[in-house]
Amino acid sequence: MKIDLSDTTASKINKALVQGRRDIGTPAVGMVLTMVIVTDEENAYDSIKAAEEASHEHPSRTLVVIKRHARTPRDRTNSHLDAEVRVGADAGTGETVVLRTYGEVSDHADSVVLPLLLPDAPVVVWWPGDAPEIPAKDPLGALAQRRITDLYAATNPIEALNARAHSYAPGDTDLAWTRLTPWRSMLAAALDQAKSKITSGAVESEADNPAAELLARWLEARLKVKIDRVVTEGPVITAVRLGTGAGEVVIDRPEGPLATLSLPGQPSRTLALKVRTTSELIAEELRRLDADEMYAIALRAEGTKETPSHV
Amino acid sequence: MSEELPETKPAEAADAAEGADVQALTVEELTDALAADWDNPLRDERDRRLPRIAGPSGLVIFGVTGDLSRKKLMPAVYDLANRGMLPPGFSLVGFARRDWEDQDFAQVVHDSVREHSRTEFREEVWQQLAEGMRFIPGDFDDDTAFKQLRAAVDELDTSRGTSGNYAFYLSVPPKFFPKVVQQLKKHGLATAAEGSWRRAVIEKPFGRDLKSARELNKIVHEVFDPDQVFRIDHYLGKETVQNILALRFANQMYEPIWNRSYVDHIQITMAEDIGIGGRAGYYDGIGSARDVIQNHLLQLMALTAMEEPIAFDEEALLTEKLKVLKSVRLPQELGEHTVFGQYAEGWQGGEKVVGYLEEDGIDPQSKTDTYAAVKLEVDNRRWAGIPFYLRTGKRLGRRVTEIAVVFKRAPHSPFDSSATEELGQNAIVIRVQPDEGMTVRFGSKVPGTSMEIRDVSMDFAYGESFTESSPEAYERLILDVLLGDANLFPRHQEVEESWKILDPIEEYWANNGKPAQYSSGSWGPQEADEMLARDGRSWRRP
Repeated sequence: MKIDLSDTTASKINKALVQGRRDIGTPAVGMVLTMVIVTDEENAYDSIKAAEEASHEHPSRTLVVIKRHARTPRDRTNSHLDAEVRVGADAGTGETVVLRTYGEVSDHADSVVLPLLLPDAPVVVWWPGDAPEIPAKDPLGALAQRRITDLYAATNPIEALNARAHSYAPGDTDLAWTRLTPWRSMLAAALDQAKSKITSGAVESEADNPAAELLARWLEARLKVKIDRVVTEGPVITAVRLGTGAGEVVIDRPEGPLATLSLPGQPSRTLALKVRTTSELIAEELRRLDADEMYAIALRAEGTKETPSHV
Repeated sequence: MSEELPETKPAEAADAAEGADVQALTVEELTDALAADWDNPLRDERDRRLPRIAGPSGLVIFGVTGDLSRKKLMPAVYDLANRGMLPPGFSLVGFARRDWEDQDFAQVVHDSVREHSRTEFREEVWQQLAEGMRFIPGDFDDDTAFKQLRAAVDELDTSRGTSGNYAFYLSVPPKFFPKVVQQLKKHGLATAAEGSWRRAVIEKPFGRDLKSARELNKIVHEVFDPDQVFRIDHYLGKETVQNILALRFANQMYEPIWNRSYVDHIQITMAEDIGIGGRAGYYDGIGSARDVIQNHLLQLMALTAMEEPIAFDEEALLTEKLKVLKSVRLPQELGEHTVFGQYAEGWQGGEKVVGYLEEDGIDPQSKTDTYAAVKLEVDNRRWAGIPFYLRTGKRLGRRVTEIAVVFKRAPHSPFDSSATEELGQNAIVIRVQPDEGMTVRFGSKVPGTSMEIRDVSMDFAYGESFTESSPEAYERLILDVLLGDANLFPRHQEVEESWKILDPIEEYWANNGKPAQYSSGSWGPQEADEMLARDGRSWRRP
């Protein structure tokens, strides 16, 4: 069911949540985390949908914060908060509250979000679109154990990636990194079989692909060799080549979900490397809520053992 | 996550050394490869996104046309592939008495995957899997077939890079075990080359008493090293069963009360609503106690009762489970504290069903039990004097498996007896299936009354707090076999200890009395209720 509240406050929203739960007869049980989505109206629909799908694996309370820009100057000074509370079948397996902030309250969205967080449960913030410059220093980001950004949404992804590397704090993560998991696990499995030292390498992808850049940096950090970036037609990452003394280990995915794995001295094999949906990526993100150290290592392309310190 | 790494290291090193010879690497690389600790630089324990992928390997299924194989094994293999847990080049070889080509086999797998897999069907995953499928037609007596199997395995090693690592899944009736393992031995399939492995996977029943279980173990161990024999008890692959250990040993709040000072008794139930179906040939003469109590229920009991293992590894778990099984004491009067029964005709869930003795293929004089309840005690400091009631049956009220730990009443109640009339004993119930989760029952004040206390339950459901998509037991177990992780598999010592517990009971039943009749759809015979009433207790309605 849905409850609409206009010009409201966090405590009224909390009441509406309790009311909604009572009316449909289910107590709030089993929710494992609070997911805060900070977005604009344009990205809201798709992100809520992805979060609701992911909530089948991780039942959660989803708080969607949408900053609205009022049209008239008079409205702009008028600060207020509208909310839409969804419980039961309208909200995946958890609860969803869509918060629309107008005027000054937009700068204090954390004051609305804080009272609505589930007690004790971890908090995840996700910016599907524009992310703050330093996610960990953002008022909403500071509430969270996990901050999910998406380099694919940045206008200049490589620049953004360098900024992320600079501002990294434990708990940061990026969907461009999440997208790489199948690639990385297949590369690791390929190396399990090849069992030889890698002497050179290349990542082939479309131009300015942040995931490809991250993959190259990760390989550089782990293999301690220079990885060439080769620009192809795409889509996204098309191949990874790792040179060994005996020949090349290649995973080639020219198009579609089917890739080919070639190992020196062995026949090539087919691999399934599917492009996953946003909800699958989010579900993977939510499986672990501790700091992703490997992401930090890949961001900075460094192979050191030290734990990156809080910036 | 990283526990499989150290185990595989020697194998990798040996393999690497072999590879180095043929490929004539440079000196530097050769040293690299020979280094005993060849570590994959792309793996790191901090990198927890990378899943546990099995190393290069293949799975050979005997009896691949059977129900289990079609409904559970093949879908589980597909689901593993879909989740990216299988290595590139993973191969699946089917062996059965059918006149099939590889394509026919692939079609059968395709159909069964389509129908039974847990995850969605994806063409690209299917293609990856289908390339490595082979089928060997033949009998278990047939030397040519095993020669063909040998050839197929060798061919897969070169064409798919399975590196000589194979698991042989014996999804066949136990009477064929000796034949199959002998054939595997004869054709050199059971011996692994240096640096690779050959494993045998077998399903219950592991014998029908201690003697036959020992014989069976001897036969299998003659061919396969005991460490390389994986006995599937699919209950142990279930998330909730693994969670028993997490619940008990990762938390602070349960363990202090998990003993005779607070626990009154423990009930372990596995109920099925179906009859024996078409399994008359297998079931008659075996019965529910051998079929269920000997393996599933005693395993659940061992996990519930055991002490904390020093580590979560196979050896430590085996040690602790064995200690429990060895300290199990049977009741003096077996007639008073055990019950066996047979379902009679009746109405079950709105359907009229026949009794066991009227089922097709069952001897009308059969004494086989379709219901069994036993009282066991564990003689150690933690559990002395606390009964464990184990029961199982077919054609009971509904399908459910659960472990109920029932606590003593509070030693003193400040409330008068009228206030606590509706208050039962506190209980922690671990629901193994269906609706996996846990319930805690305790008393709470009824709102609005001056003081009236009634039982309420607090619920944790897996489906609620994590995922509708928790993996099937067989997925987990097959992956563990390929990884060589034996935590969730009962070892032969446990099997033998379990028979030692059950044998005297079976013997008593064989010589005393007849199975009690209970109507289908009920919760078992009257005698079982009386058995608990004698101890001043009653069965929970699960």
